[in-house]
Amino acid sequence: MAVVGAGPAGLAAAIEAQKRGLNVLLVDMNLKAGGQLIKQIHKFFGSHEHRAGTRGIDIARDLYEEAVSSGVEVWLDAAVYAIYPGPVLEIARGILATRTASKEMVHASRVVLATGASENAVSFPGWTLPGVMGAGAAQTMINVERVLPGKRVLMVGSGNVGLIVTYQLLQAGAEVVAIVEVAPKIGGYGVHSAKVRRAGVPILTSYTVLRAFGDRQVEGAEIVAYDEHHNPIEETRQFLDVDTICIAAGLKPYAKLAALAGCELIYSPVLGGWMPVHDENMHTSVPGIYVAGDLAGVEEASTALEEGRLAGLSAAESLGKGGPDAADEKESIRERLSMLRIGPFGKARADAKSEVIKVGEKICRAG
Amino acid sequence: MPRGLTVDGFPTEEELKKSPGYPSEERFKRGPVAVVECVQEIPCNPCELACPRKAIQVGVPITNLPRLDEEKCTGCGICVARCPGLAIFVVDKTYSDKEASVSFPYEYVPLPREGDVVLAVDRAGSVVCDGTVLRISNPKRNDRTAVVTIAVPKGMADEVRGIARIRGERIG
Repeated sequence: MAVVGAGPAGLAAAIEAQKRGLNVLLVDMNLKAGGQLIKQIHKFFGSHEHRAGTRGIDIARDLYEEAVSSGVEVWLDAAVYAIYPGPVLEIARGILATRTASKEMVHASRVVLATGASENAVSFPGWTLPGVMGAGAAQTMINVERVLPGKRVLMVGSGNVGLIVTYQLLQAGAEVVAIVEVAPKIGGYGVHSAKVRRAGVPILTSYTVLRAFGDRQVEGAEIVAYDEHHNPIEETRQFLDVDTICIAAGLKPYAKLAALAGCELIYSPVLGGWMPVHDENMHTSVPGIYVAGDLAGVEEASTALEEGRLAGLSAAESLGKGGPDAADEKESIRERLSMLRIGPFGKARADAKSEVIKVGEKICRAG
Repeated sequence: MPRGLTVDGFPTEEELKKSPGYPSEERFKRGPVAVVECVQEIPCNPCELACPRKAIQVGVPITNLPRLDEEKCTGCGICVARCPGLAIFVVDKTYSDKEASVSFPYEYVPLPREGDVVLAVDRAGSVVCDGTVLRISNPKRNDRTAVVTIAVPKGMADEVRGIARIRGERIG
């Protein structure tokens, strides 16, 4: 089995399948395994089973060690750039380390795609100036590369990513001048917003960024409030002295490889946009190809872990390696997944996921 | 104008007082107690395991708000660093005749030092009074979340929930 993407979903799929007797190759285009976990320096929410209270960076390290010690072969700095019927993966290795790549063709009986998500952009006059960046990019700079992207930051978007990256920018020594949120309510968890408010960061709801100023880089931003008819309120227009504008406007499934493989896609606004259709075993419309994690709908690391386990287990089962407990285990994973999709934040995702699976049950044949 | 957690970003007094994690005034009068400022149903329960006396219950489903058993709670503060949301505090309104103490999680460097006079802030991050640092607790089990305890005027015990970040390098 080949797994593409060594974030929480890919690592979990690889571990699960390897433990059940498959030979697993896990490939990731980055130099380090862990996906987005390697920049999550905060303690995670969730339940005891999902290691809540542990920092994401530590979960990444533990999962990677577990994968390696259970016998998973890991290729880092390995970019899958093509996928053919078979399935066969075409992989470029060593681009980051050597700037030249060697090409490998990998034939796999089963493939789990766990390619994650990418950040949404917001365009406004000045948005191409250096200093305007995704919040995720700023997070990589501070927590992985240890470079402060700027000293005075405007955060656009108050979902959990916007709130968490704001907090981490403060920890890294920057000032966050304000968070603007175009909706009338804060998007992310109240405990995250409370944390950054306590640190003195204003959160301006029903506000948006109008333009970025600057000659060769960001030197300021103009923001304005909207009334309930989405018209700008002129007297609220103000200039902010900032050198960085971070965009935290949500994520979308990174579905290019899945589309290339011929997986049927479905549009789910709640889950981030176009994503591969899958059934309750995480199997797609293409025989032998499974998906998990943010690619299968943008959610959280804990759901990615569980979906990865489910995909790995289902793939093993389809090759006769599920083991005697496969059915029970799948049931308990699904139970844990449904527990992660309750409450005011989870309900919409639960409904959207059932819609996807309903379609999936029709068009995704068992691998 | 609507207010509250989803607009202001922090809970109002009303939201706090009707949540099951907020101690009663009678309990405050009897000494240090955990103040759980978690008023939104999110899937999270590490506080439940953190308490050695089982004074915080989440139960099933995991989105239940944490319920404080104020009789069992001794105000030991172990839960403060274990809450991923940094939403638990310990308040001691009996600290002295004139002062109360407030303990809160603090994840910035440099840390304050014992005896420092610091700027105490409320939930909105506004400086509301001076505070004196009584102690800083950062054992291994806190996993790098320091818990800072400051003394503030008694009347500020319900307001103060942190300090203004200390800026600049500090050697030694």
